[in-house]
Amino acid sequence: MTKPDGIVARFSGSLDAFDLSAEFTLPGKGVTALFGKSGCGKTTVLRCLAGLSHMEDSFLSVKGDVWQDGQDFIPTHKRPVGFVFQEASLFAHLTVKDNLIFGQKRAGDRGQLVHLDDIVSLLGLGDFLSRSAHNLSGGERQRVAIGRALLSGPELLLMDEPLAALDRFSKDEIIPYLERLFQSMDIPMIFVSHDMDEVEQLADYMVLMEEGAVLSCGPLKELLADPKLFIARSPKTASVIDGRIKSFDVADQLTELEIEGGSFLVPGELGDPGSHRRVRIAANDVSLASDLPSKTTILNVLPVHILGIHELDQSRVNILLSVGHNNNGSGARFLARITRRSLNAFSFATGQNIYAQVKSASMLDPHKR
Amino acid sequence: MWDPIWITVKLAFITTAILLIMGTPIAWWLARSKAWWKEGIAAVVALPIVLPPTVMGFYLLIALGPDSPIGQLSTLLFGRSLPFTFAGLVVGSVIYSMPFVIQPIRNAFDAIGERPLEVAATLRASPLDTFFSVAIPLARPGLLTGAVLGFAHTVGEFGVILMIGGNIPGETKVLSVAIYDHVEALEWGQAHILSAGLLIFSFVVILSMMVLEKKLGRRLR
Repeated sequence: MTKPDGIVARFSGSLDAFDLSAEFTLPGKGVTALFGKSGCGKTTVLRCLAGLSHMEDSFLSVKGDVWQDGQDFIPTHKRPVGFVFQEASLFAHLTVKDNLIFGQKRAGDRGQLVHLDDIVSLLGLGDFLSRSAHNLSGGERQRVAIGRALLSGPELLLMDEPLAALDRFSKDEIIPYLERLFQSMDIPMIFVSHDMDEVEQLADYMVLMEEGAVLSCGPLKELLADPKLFIARSPKTASVIDGRIKSFDVADQLTELEIEGGSFLVPGELGDPGSHRRVRIAANDVSLASDLPSKTTILNVLPVHILGIHELDQSRVNILLSVGHNNNGSGARFLARITRRSLNAFSFATGQNIYAQVKSASMLDPHKR
Repeated sequence: MWDPIWITVKLAFITTAILLIMGTPIAWWLARSKAWWKEGIAAVVALPIVLPPTVMGFYLLIALGPDSPIGQLSTLLFGRSLPFTFAGLVVGSVIYSMPFVIQPIRNAFDAIGERPLEVAATLRASPLDTFFSVAIPLARPGLLTGAVLGFAHTVGEFGVILMIGGNIPGETKVLSVAIYDHVEALEWGQAHILSAGLLIFSFVVILSMMVLEKKLGRRLR
């Protein structure tokens, strides 16, 4: 169960009248979102990972190195960890460049793993290296803070709602940088978020928290398609499906995306064949039919298999679907939300093979996966 | 006339230097410690602000006198006890000017908050490293205020000095005592010169401190 290259964490205890009991295991690479409502303890978990908070009855190992085992506690400054705070918190007495190399200078050999020039070009910091920190915009400051954390050669990058303090404009400006960062860095990264849009766009894995405890933990697409979790009850419930570009139809300007158990058409040229893309399907945008509809304007009519029917409220249900008719439910999974009346009228049942019409799907990102 | 000026400046410099070296760690501890009794220590440090100088001088005289343990130690080491020596004045001034140096530095440390120190820790800086490379530079305005106030306050000290330093020309006779002497001897001219000098000095000190503080504060915002 314990992968030697992964992160094994168990935090339990009480801090400032807040009870935490969180246990999870994560792979040694990829982007993980710590998701939950405000006050559920996600920031505390992140601080425990960094050693900024100390919970007595805890265990943490990162890639085989034990960072905490009860009273044995490696202090923050001895952990190869990068931390990006919600507000950029640049050192006001240093220039941007001196901020960037603050950790690198102190990281010894690990500081040589990442080069200043690479970080400067990755995050677009070239224009303000010699400036002092307070002349930057919010988005620029946060980019410097991310670069500063990376230059210390961390084995694990932690980010506490790195976008929350930014306005919409700065957020849009910084997200492409984050995506490039997530693609190019070969270290595990964990970010805290309470914004599902961010999570759907950026994360590979998710740790779902509620009231100081971990509800579920695993690959993002599995958790999003899990009808038992509270996120399946949101009005904005959506699933994500990762696919690979198969071909591009020049005449109709449609890209065909290969997904597990089938294929999917998306308007526009999305990239080179073979590259990976993620689509988001809102549960409310899926309708179901018992036979292949002969007349429909909807492009994406997928053969699907019903894996489960889950009550949502008095009038509606969530239906968990898997793409493909004859693969025993091994296709890509997503949720559909329909009314109870439709469910009864069509008498859909678990195990049945039907057709799903996806009215629209949004492309999430130009994200390599 | 130059003797008292020289002694005063020397005393103020030495006192300020000792207070900066000694007071900065104390201020750091007062700003950072979570000990319940730390405000007790803070009150002791602040005591000279409200205590009449004569009361403090009296206790110092007893504490440093030849019959006290400190007096016996200093007799053993230097051959004499501290009262009525320049060293005695330094001890008195350090205690008397302490709050004026420590308070502004502590306020500056308080104002830094937890965050920059946590950031430094996540960037591999040890607590000592953080103190010197983050806390001290960020607290510069407070250190400057503390140094200036400590210096100016020592220059203007009178009561404590008269109690423990006496009035020995060339050894313990500082400016404020010299002015007092001139007035007693009805030498109004001399008293005028020294008093006007101190007035101008004090004004220049306060003014330049305010200007500098504003400038530093802007840079650090």
